[in-house]
Amino acid sequence: MTDLLIESQTLEERLRSVLPGDVDYASVRLVDERSEHLTVRRNQLEPIFNQFDTGVMISIWNDGGLGYAATTDLSEAGLRSAVDRARYWATVTAGSMVTAAAPRDHATGTYTSPVEVTWDSLPLDDRIGLLQQQSRLLGIDDRIVNWGASLVRRDVDQLLLTRSRIGATGRIEQRFRFVYPSLQATANEGTNTQTRTFGGHAFCGQGGAEVLGRYGFGDAASQVAEQALELLEAPNCPTGVMDALLAPDQMVLQIHESIGHPLELDRILGDERNYAGTSFVTPEMFGTYRYGSELLNVTFDPTVPGQLASYAFDDDGTPARRQYLIENGILVRGLGGAVSQERSGVPGVANSRANNWNRPPIDRMANLNVEPGESTLEELIASIERGVYMHTNNSWSIDDSRNKFQFGCEYGQLIEDGEIVGVVRNPGYRGISSNFWRSLSGVADADSFTVMGTPNCGKGELNQEIGTGHASPACKFSNIEVFGGEE
Amino acid sequence: MSSRDDQAYFDELVTTATSALVGDEVLLANVSGERTDFIRLNRSEVRQAGTIDQRTLTVDLVAGRRHVAGSIRLSGMRSIDDARIAALLAQLRDQRRVVADDPYLLYNTEPTSTERIERGSIPAPDAALADIRAAGSGRDLVGIYASGDTFSGFGNSLGQRNWFQSSTFNLDWCFYLRADKAAKNLYAGFDWDDDAFAAKVDWSARQVAALERDPISLAPGEYRTYLAPRAMEEVIQLLSWYGAFGRRALETRQTPLLKMLVEDVTLSPMVSISEDTANGVAANFQSAGFLRPDTVPLIVDGKYADTLVSPRSAQEYGVPTNGAGDAETPLSVAISPGTLPTASIDEMLGTGLFVGNLWYLNFSDQAACRTTGMTRFATFWIEDGEIVAPVDVLRFDDTAFHLLGDRLEGLTDEAEVLLDTSTYGRRSTGSARLPGAMVGAMRFVL
Repeated sequence: MTDLLIESQTLEERLRSVLPGDVDYASVRLVDERSEHLTVRRNQLEPIFNQFDTGVMISIWNDGGLGYAATTDLSEAGLRSAVDRARYWATVTAGSMVTAAAPRDHATGTYTSPVEVTWDSLPLDDRIGLLQQQSRLLGIDDRIVNWGASLVRRDVDQLLLTRSRIGATGRIEQRFRFVYPSLQATANEGTNTQTRTFGGHAFCGQGGAEVLGRYGFGDAASQVAEQALELLEAPNCPTGVMDALLAPDQMVLQIHESIGHPLELDRILGDERNYAGTSFVTPEMFGTYRYGSELLNVTFDPTVPGQLASYAFDDDGTPARRQYLIENGILVRGLGGAVSQERSGVPGVANSRANNWNRPPIDRMANLNVEPGESTLEELIASIERGVYMHTNNSWSIDDSRNKFQFGCEYGQLIEDGEIVGVVRNPGYRGISSNFWRSLSGVADADSFTVMGTPNCGKGELNQEIGTGHASPACKFSNIEVFGGEE
Repeated sequence: MSSRDDQAYFDELVTTATSALVGDEVLLANVSGERTDFIRLNRSEVRQAGTIDQRTLTVDLVAGRRHVAGSIRLSGMRSIDDARIAALLAQLRDQRRVVADDPYLLYNTEPTSTERIERGSIPAPDAALADIRAAGSGRDLVGIYASGDTFSGFGNSLGQRNWFQSSTFNLDWCFYLRADKAAKNLYAGFDWDDDAFAAKVDWSARQVAALERDPISLAPGEYRTYLAPRAMEEVIQLLSWYGAFGRRALETRQTPLLKMLVEDVTLSPMVSISEDTANGVAANFQSAGFLRPDTVPLIVDGKYADTLVSPRSAQEYGVPTNGAGDAETPLSVAISPGTLPTASIDEMLGTGLFVGNLWYLNFSDQAACRTTGMTRFATFWIEDGEIVAPVDVLRFDDTAFHLLGDRLEGLTDEAEVLLDTSTYGRRSTGSARLPGAMVGAMRFVL
């Protein structure tokens, strides 16, 4: 199978020819994806799976109506039929819309993921061999009852063409290359089952084969297996109010659930209330609300090279740039694209994104990062009289206003009098977003700052799963309700 | 393309691809698709609306015990799709050269062809929108309407053909009162009925009226609780997703019901759970061509019975497959109803929490089946069988061995059919048939 944009020189001309010029705003968004999924489970290669996914979404705004039509039929007749369907919907919905606001940009530009070592330079049998090798390093003990190693590669090419009644046109071509490595070892003894992974699913990003080295994929399996066994022997995490030191691969989840989602303007505007939920954040809070302690600085940053959700334009064609959402603890900006900004009057970012050609764009997180502080990780540990250092998320639950949360981790380290004194299993903690971040009492420096991502964030009606990027150093929170497993 | 054409088209594609097989190759092919009209609403107005037309073909190309799989989107144009399939098969053949025999490969070699087509009477999109907007007039309606054909098919080079197709609609919506106070409802089916829709709207309007009382906040603690069928669905979904009913999770000791295996812990003898394919709305075949039996008993009288066994697990663990998919999760789960009179459930509750919906469940300790999650939408404090006030959202943290075990006082005498409205990738054909549950004490922590 081939790269469609290169292979089919006439496709772009065809797309351009069907895009109507007699409506307020029209766009066609082509997505062409090629992916490979490799898994070795218990030293046995699972069936290789190759996915090829191509289609277009036609969008038409006209006379106060909006219509979408998505199709896999890329013939001229198929595309014209989709345009007719989008026109139909724009007519049906005219006068009934929450907002008639259309995207205004007609930008032109390109984006390409930075790739140092092309994926195909690592031949298929070498990729399988690498996974077999990692699998053997995971299955090292009879108590390890399940284990696996996998690699997913996705190449996604997008072309967005826009046109308006007044003759403005835009063309945005973005080529993404994603790599998602993972490792897992599950150990069991009696009623105690413990799973340790390679950063959960957070160690992923844009690039080529160098992404594996970025996270130390080839060197991690032994530690994953050993820590799964270590957890079998460990006591349950203690229960009580104490400090929680969250490693970057838990901060990913903490940022995502209790900063990212609450700041999405479409949630604040009510679009998601039937499914993903609303938000405790209201429009009046932007500019003045103390979201966290003065140590909290959060950026929307689609410019980080190699991070999972880096891009140059969102799917409404708005140019993307780095902007602060929270600065010195104060909420300054929301996560909403051009349409949501117009609806809410709240400043936002370029984050109107669709997960594929068959879904319309909605407000999504992209790269949402906690900026490094000035303490070393060692200083943070030394400052804790009693607490737990928690690594790698494995459980997440939060209310529909994104306030009351409870999160769990794979691996905990008990800290007493400034020193790590042992391993604890089933570490968890709970809190309320609106005051949790005010208990942020330490932010580690750039040495522990890790660039990661969340591959599958679910939201939207129609439902959409999309990748978001998160980067963070380790962070310390004081006086947190911590607990362990069992009853 | 009409739905009948989709079936004939799939048959032609498989027949053509079969004619191009080489040597002892076997082709396993699955198609899934939909033509879905959707209308997304907020504050009783349209936020987004459109049509999704998509078809996906997935093939597994087998030679001996070596095989490689892949999928493409179908354009609906024969010349384009034949070329795409040929290119895919060529790539799979090329990759197959580097893979070893797969000891867990298993596919159906005894062709059994089936067909199930459910046709409905669905209003045109503009008519549906008019009805929905009328229902939302003067109210804050938010949600999604989706309608149209969905289909899935299996075909192989051995001559087997299976086809499942349905034409359905669903309106998954809330009437919001304020902030997070709302009444959630679902109107779904094959034939739109104005009276049935009006009854649903009326029920929601009465729920919203009950929410108008001043809400109360309950302190953490244990409360007598009634879990309505929609709340039970969240509990069962969590258990299902993490392998409670699957063979692989049982064998690898990852099942959240581990204590039932190792320590002979049981659920309440009132609890019987099954995969109830005969009464569900999902296809009765799976991707390797095996048919699903009408029912698979999973929990009987509180004790482990069968598990869902995929073809790969069948080979790996030496047990027969029962037509489960690779995920080994139920698609049409059912819990047998009990004896509590549904019509007077508030009276049966007496004083306690009525939980209409739960939300965002996960495990606090999976091996101990300790779960956590939130109340959502219509949750009420009841005293002496009467609604006193809506309750602000609460977090529970409790084990299923309590909720469905020693603290379960009874199940309602009616089980509600709950259609899965999820649309990740495509519209779901999952469903559940569940009663409500009366729990003597449920632990809330935040």
